[in-house]
Amino acid sequence: MQALVIVAHGSHLNPDSSTPTYDHADTIREVGAFDEVRTGFWKEEPSIREVLRTVEADEVYVVPLFISEGYFTEQVIPRELRLDGWDVADWDSDGLSASHVTLTASDVPEKTVHYCGPVGTHEAMTDVIVRRAETVTRDPNVGDGFGLAVVGHGTERNENSAKAIEYHADRIRQMDRFDEVQALYMDEDPEVDDVTDYFESEDVVVVPLFVADGFHTQEDIPEDMGLTDDYRTGYDVPTVVDGHRIWYAGAVGTEGLMADVVLERAADAGADIGDALTVVRERTRKTPQEAN
Amino acid sequence: MGHHIDALVDAASEDGVALDGLRVTHEDDGYRLETPEATRDGLSAADLADTLGDYDDYATNWYFWTNVVGESSPQRRAFLRWVEGADEHAVPERYDALRDGIRREWGQLLVTVTVDDHGERSYDLRHVDDGDHDTSALDEYHEPLAARQLATYDENGRYRPLKTGANLAGGWVFPELDGRDLVETVGTFYPASVPNWYREREGTLDVEHWEDTIGRQTGMYSVVETWNRGDGHEHVDWVAEACCDDSQCVKRREWQYNDETDLDVDGGDGAFPCREPCSLVIAASRKWTRLEGEETRTYEFELTPSEKEQVEDIIEAVADGRVDDIREADVYEGANRYRTRFLRAKLFDDDGNLCGVPTDDE
Ligand code: SF4
Repeated sequence: MQALVIVAHGSHLNPDSSTPTYDHADTIREVGAFDEVRTGFWKEEPSIREVLRTVEADEVYVVPLFISEGYFTEQVIPRELRLDGWDVADWDSDGLSASHVTLTASDVPEKTVHYCGPVGTHEAMTDVIVRRAETVTRDPNVGDGFGLAVVGHGTERNENSAKAIEYHADRIRQMDRFDEVQALYMDEDPEVDDVTDYFESEDVVVVPLFVADGFHTQEDIPEDMGLTDDYRTGYDVPTVVDGHRIWYAGAVGTEGLMADVVLERAADAGADIGDALTVVRERTRKTPQEAN
Repeated sequence: MGHHIDALVDAASEDGVALDGLRVTHEDDGYRLETPEATRDGLSAADLADTLGDYDDYATNWYFWTNVVGESSPQRRAFLRWVEGADEHAVPERYDALRDGIRREWGQLLVTVTVDDHGERSYDLRHVDDGDHDTSALDEYHEPLAARQLATYDENGRYRPLKTGANLAGGWVFPELDGRDLVETVGTFYPASVPNWYREREGTLDVEHWEDTIGRQTGMYSVVETWNRGDGHEHVDWVAEACCDDSQCVKRREWQYNDETDLDVDGGDGAFPCREPCSLVIAASRKWTRLEGEETRTYEFELTPSEKEQVEDIIEAVADGRVDDIREADVYEGANRYRTRFLRAKLFDDDGNLCGVPTDDE
């Protein structure tokens, strides 16, 4: 028997924080790739501390629904899961390349725990950003005549966070699909406040690389970009700012295709998921693809 | 002949059967059947099947626990047996009770288990306050995961940050769950409550006391450790009284100050244990650590005796979550809105200072 455990931050204040985690867990549950799919949270329940004891299966794949490697993936989650002999060096990562380690956890010594790298740094995440752009523009072929901005925190809190943003921006640039691609930050240059300065294209899709919608994606970024003076009154998609149409996508983590990245992480760690990837990629598509 | 009897005869021919007072063994002179009521020896397989027909409740009971529930999850099995009191009550009286429905409370959940003629159990799950309501008056659900949404908001539509908070809203029912789905649903309302309860029964619950839990914190929560000074634990008594009281949280607090020192506050009567301070308690304690770092000062306020009592009434009403229950025109309640607005109009200056006394010396 194999189980998937998705661990995420959660919130004491905002019910939307855990919504994407539950949604992706449900998507994966429906394709039946795992005998069990469970969720655990830092701020909600079950806590990461107690999630492993809710699992029956003996092979457990733990995938952190976090954007970058850092404090949570390297310290908090391994500590709370009580992973025996965890050493971040075993990930042998340059800040982007953590894949998985296989350990035991003293909480459930009879089980094998495959602890995976965060979803945000997986290469499949690039496709989720693009899918998010398709969803928000309702155009499965969006790209021509469009600029794309990938937005994150800066290096202030975690230098790996900026690395992840750059990494995906580069990969999308190489696809040659959008006219322009730019990485933008909340607390350093190039700043998301000045988004229109960085694009020539009239249409710009802005995708924040965040796991869930919350304060940053629903309040800060829309106000910083000038979509609205007061986030409570909402904003249109697109909104015209300085002559550009800004298509603001909200947190990329709410895109259904995120479930695919969770599956990829578990598969990389050895989970047997059959054809689940193909099924999930199709089921989570909100914009019908035209026949070629 | 029911398939449960065929299965029982098969099992008896192999390793024998022993459960809840029923014993069937295979001896040299045939089968031997024992119940607390009777013993029969030297039975052929056909005799055994016939005789079991007279002890059908024993037979369906064996079938249910052996073939339907099984042993694959010891904690699920233990919980389902606890629900119907299987370890305390013999089969005949238990089946009588099951036909009427046996009720068990689990936090604010009420489980009612009933049995049909084949020994199949059916579980009805609802809010304890809805125990006497007609099922048709409640919203029906059948999928365990539907509990997620029901657990997210209180009856005023506010987000519940603590799944075991004593503010679960009612109005719903899962009228016929099987055992597996019952445990899933209970685990969705109260995550990890069954595994922790099971570990406690087995004597292996890993309680982690305040000192160790706080000592484990890093990052923004590491500051809470500075709140502990020496052996005093009054501050943690206050935390437990504020957050963990049965009126606030349905878990039974088992964690103490440390291995040697118990808190002075009672842990409550909850059906399932709390093994360490939760994230909500830690987040609140971070705030208290900062607030409690302040030194006291002497302020001078002039209040009438009734005003002093009114301030106390307001604190009581907020602490007990009674503010919304105080009627608008009930001016006999100190925490009544008009009474409170009057107090503010009279005693606050333009900067919101009580009796015009500034918080800090200018
Ligand atoms: S620490 Fe207190 S409030 Fe938190 S879950 Fe335990 S008993 Fe409830």
